[in-house]
Amino acid sequence: MESKEVKLLGFWVSPFSRRVEWALKVKGVGYEYIEEDIFNKSNLLLELNPVHKKVPVLVHDGKVIAESFILLEYVDETWKHHPLLPQDPHQRALARFWAKFCEEKVFETAWNALCSKGEEKQKALEQCKEAMEKMEEEVFKGKQILGSDGRSNLGYLDIAVGWISHWLPVFEEVGSMQILDPLQFPATAAWIDRFLNHPLIKDNLPPREKMLVYFHQRSQELSSTAQGWIKV
Amino acid sequence: MAEEVKLFGACGSPFSSRIQVALKLKGISYEYIEEDLTNKSPLLLKYNPIHKKIPVLLHNGKSIVESLVILEYIDETWKANPILPEDPYDRATARFWAKYIDEKCVAAAGKAFWAKEKEREKAVEEAWDCLKTLEGALKDKKFAGGETLGLVDIAANFIAFWLRSFQEIFGVELLTEEKFPDLFKWSEEYVEHPIIKEYLPSRDELIVFLNKRLQNLK
Repeated sequence: MESKEVKLLGFWVSPFSRRVEWALKVKGVGYEYIEEDIFNKSNLLLELNPVHKKVPVLVHDGKVIAESFILLEYVDETWKHHPLLPQDPHQRALARFWAKFCEEKVFETAWNALCSKGEEKQKALEQCKEAMEKMEEEVFKGKQILGSDGRSNLGYLDIAVGWISHWLPVFEEVGSMQILDPLQFPATAAWIDRFLNHPLIKDNLPPREKMLVYFHQRSQELSSTAQGWIKV
Repeated sequence: MAEEVKLFGACGSPFSSRIQVALKLKGISYEYIEEDLTNKSPLLLKYNPIHKKIPVLLHNGKSIVESLVILEYIDETWKANPILPEDPYDRATARFWAKYIDEKCVAAAGKAFWAKEKEREKAVEEAWDCLKTLEGALKDKKFAGGETLGLVDIAANFIAFWLRSFQEIFGVELLTEEKFPDLFKWSEEYVEHPIIKEYLPSRDELIVFLNKRLQNLK
């Protein structure tokens, strides 16, 4: 296979850029990682992603692609070994559906709960738990997840919802809130354990201590102003 | 092989219209079921329990929801007249712009139309920013609305027809010839495309649809 240059612009604590790294690791694709300070964006980032001005951005053989879920599909279609998405169109549709659901209904609400107080926080928490109940039944007890039917390979859905394993517990601690009660979400808890111990994930997570400091600061900043637009 | 294809849609919905366009492009026969969004059928609730929305595609008993997900499903299942290009980079680009239309433009337009007096100016400017970006994408040939219709063209139905209709109904000027000459010209040609045209609601149907949306929002 010809080696063509792959660069990834990311931010150390962004779950969005991290998921692209996980995909590249699954495919065994070498890449140059460029750390962006999202609070002081480089000209390179603004040039490469003028529409959204966000990470992750992948540059492959001079071609520029942005948006993490779009990147997962790009990586999957470009490097065909160790497929991330299943072959069957209906299964693929389900994977895409649940990835989007998780992003919109779990991540958004968890983030809102983290950055708000009182009634607003309570409401966001309830919404998050409600969404997690659906995830527990349909995703973590489903067939596309690590450990189901003895699967030991990471797939699209594992990577798309992987942030739950490591970022959500940090949000819980910083926000003094509980979402992932293992008694209520046993399948989720079992998957988290498998995911965090997977050889490709273990050493590819941002350090928890640093994350606690970072999100503590962010939640303070955001709860004292209007809803932050940088969701990280 | 007997294939059962059903589409739950609503006349007046751009998302529903997209699926009809795609199925027509591929030459797929299907049963269309019109949903009353103020009185959703038990079947709809069964096949889309999470979001309870249209469109829902039912194929041999399996349901697929979310219009962009459905479009990809259709493209992967029926190979004639592809909606997405072959090359991974071109596919990523198409997905990027379809997503931009849905997540940024539709939302921004909605905000501008429904905005309260004091918030309107800001909402309109945000909508203009989106349209400006789209005009740039059009110039870069990210979508064309030529003879062949791709993912972005199909997704852009909202911009060409619904946005322009709503701006008349609400009296909020967004997509004007003056501000966005290329996008405007594209939208005029787009609504004349024979397949697109077939699945556009009449003005009356659109008003009925809007009223039902209003009812649901109360």
